[in-house]
Amino acid sequence: MQDTLKLVTQVFGVSGNEEDIREVIFNEIKKYVDETRVDAMGNLIAVKKGRKKKIMLAAHMDEIGIIATFIDEDGFIRFSNIGGVSPFTSLGQRVRFRNGITGTISAEEKLEDFKGLKLGKLFIDIGCKNREEAEKLVKVGDTANFVGEFYVQGSSAVSKAMDDRSGCAVLIELIRNMPKTENEIYFVFTTQEEVGLRGAKTAAFGIMPDCAIAIDVTLTGDTPECGKREVKLGGGPAIKVKDNAYIAHPAIRRYLEELAAENGIPYTLELLDRGGSDPGAIQTTGIGVPCGGISIPCRGVHSPAEMVSLEDLEYCVKLTSLFIKNYKG
Amino acid sequence: MLIKELTDLNGVSGNENEVREFIISKIEGLCDSYKVDSIGNIIAFKKGGGGKLKVMLSAHMDEVGFIVSGHSEKGFIRFKAVGGIDDRILPGKKVIVGKKRLSGVIGAKPIHQQEREEREKIAKIRNLYIDIGADSKEEAEKLAPLGEFIAFDSDFVKFGNDCIKAKALDDRVGCAVLIEALKHSFDFELYACFTVQEEVGLRGAQVAAYNVMPDVALVIEGTTCADVPEVDKHEYSTVLGNGAALTIMDRTCYCDRELVQYLYDVAVNNGIKVQYKQTTTGGNDAGQIQRTGNGVKTASISVPCRYIHSPVSVMSGRDYEAVERLTVAALYQMSRDRAFKGGW
Repeated sequence: MQDTLKLVTQVFGVSGNEEDIREVIFNEIKKYVDETRVDAMGNLIAVKKGRKKKIMLAAHMDEIGIIATFIDEDGFIRFSNIGGVSPFTSLGQRVRFRNGITGTISAEEKLEDFKGLKLGKLFIDIGCKNREEAEKLVKVGDTANFVGEFYVQGSSAVSKAMDDRSGCAVLIELIRNMPKTENEIYFVFTTQEEVGLRGAKTAAFGIMPDCAIAIDVTLTGDTPECGKREVKLGGGPAIKVKDNAYIAHPAIRRYLEELAAENGIPYTLELLDRGGSDPGAIQTTGIGVPCGGISIPCRGVHSPAEMVSLEDLEYCVKLTSLFIKNYKG
Repeated sequence: MLIKELTDLNGVSGNENEVREFIISKIEGLCDSYKVDSIGNIIAFKKGGGGKLKVMLSAHMDEVGFIVSGHSEKGFIRFKAVGGIDDRILPGKKVIVGKKRLSGVIGAKPIHQQEREEREKIAKIRNLYIDIGADSKEEAEKLAPLGEFIAFDSDFVKFGNDCIKAKALDDRVGCAVLIEALKHSFDFELYACFTVQEEVGLRGAQVAAYNVMPDVALVIEGTTCADVPEVDKHEYSTVLGNGAALTIMDRTCYCDRELVQYLYDVAVNNGIKVQYKQTTTGGNDAGQIQRTGNGVKTASISVPCRYIHSPVSVMSGRDYEAVERLTVAALYQMSRDRAFKGGW
């Protein structure tokens, strides 16, 4: 699990640019599934055939990042956000483009008030003398992810893109250790979640599942001066009640709670006050899809140092496994 | 001139009939069939030469404007915006109310009678009113009933070397390009969709795309152009005169990267001026089309429009030509390739 997590978190895959991460995940899972396909939005859909319920498991493989919008005469790059990128966490960070070029983010020096910090006042320096030199390395429209090395300390793992490569790692782990089930399982590694749950929409249309579960990270309530939330690092999976994009189907939510309680899996309930996740797009597909979420508690979400607990991840695999094995609708 | 004819028409979101009828009169005979769906989109179909690809062109017929929301005792009209309109541009503007095309003006208290603070404050739409010359509430209600649409009143004017000023360039320029494209024949099945209610939430396109279920979609648009004083160079978005603008990403859509590159290459190979839109703000029908069905490879080609969403939108005639040429050239290229070469 730890090796998979390290592998998938470090790969490039800013929303809309998921080619590399898709390739890596494909190679990790191809020999364990019955078929795979990629749709027009770039979702990777892997199927384990079955005769009973069609269950869609979704983890998004895209990550937040930046997109180069303008290169000035001196070779500095102006940029815009892809997904929820705060100017405050961006300042002083390194970003890496797909071709490996690394840049540093600085603010215009005349900026006096920290409150006035906006992405439009920041720029990326790739150490070039002028526009011509810079354009050989980075073009307008190129995207970069934040640099954040992977490390494990105790039972915690830290990296960029835990959101939602940790969810991808859970699915990969599950694919390799599939429980016996008659249900048909669709493992979907979705695209463009961070810019508006976009990939999940077309993936769900192509599958028309009987139910769907998203494995995504969620905010915790266990850091200084943070919002009040039951979810905490090491507290086990957070079973989704609601976020800003959807309300979990009560039957799914209750079933997950039952499964966790019966099998000694610690859990908390998640009522996310900020942000949404893929079921927001999945549940209104076709005639409607009952949806739920098994969330991974994560500190520092949308920063280059997102922290998850390896124990929580193991429990997420276990709970998801129990669900797909036993779900009868 | 087609753009003059198109921008002289009124088609505030949800009230696109005038534009729809005009477009139908222009495309009858250019396509094999057309239909108007339940939300009001025109879907024009042109059979191809047997190629498997299904291509959708999309341009929205609607424009930003207003809606009558109330009447004062003395016969003035209260109104609300339909689509994104900057309150600051409103006082002193001429408008046309309803199908009867009544003249109206957006009024404000005379400067003589304004307190200093009033003068420094920006008038909000809720404090403004439209004067249609009515004497009483009853008369106003009769002339401009609740819910009646209101459009900007603005003439099509050519000025400078190559500039055109009009209202509703967003997106009658796109409609004009689609009409032009229907004059050509391609290997694939072409669906030219003239959509409704883009300005209030990309609504028509969602239905049109579901109906067509295309493989590839090109959205032809008018887009922001902020190459004006007081704006930093890196926030220009597009530059007037620099040609057709390709969107990489905006708030609603991350355009298919291979398709964008394909369009860029077609432009370069055909000597058509092309630029990338250099901001990620705004959005258009591409956002809905891309996410329809199993997903659609989607991109936007736009004409830069200064002062967009105002009665004095300004564009360059050459930029318009570039968009028209690029659209047609890209379709011919896809026709020759018998596919959009790309895909995962």
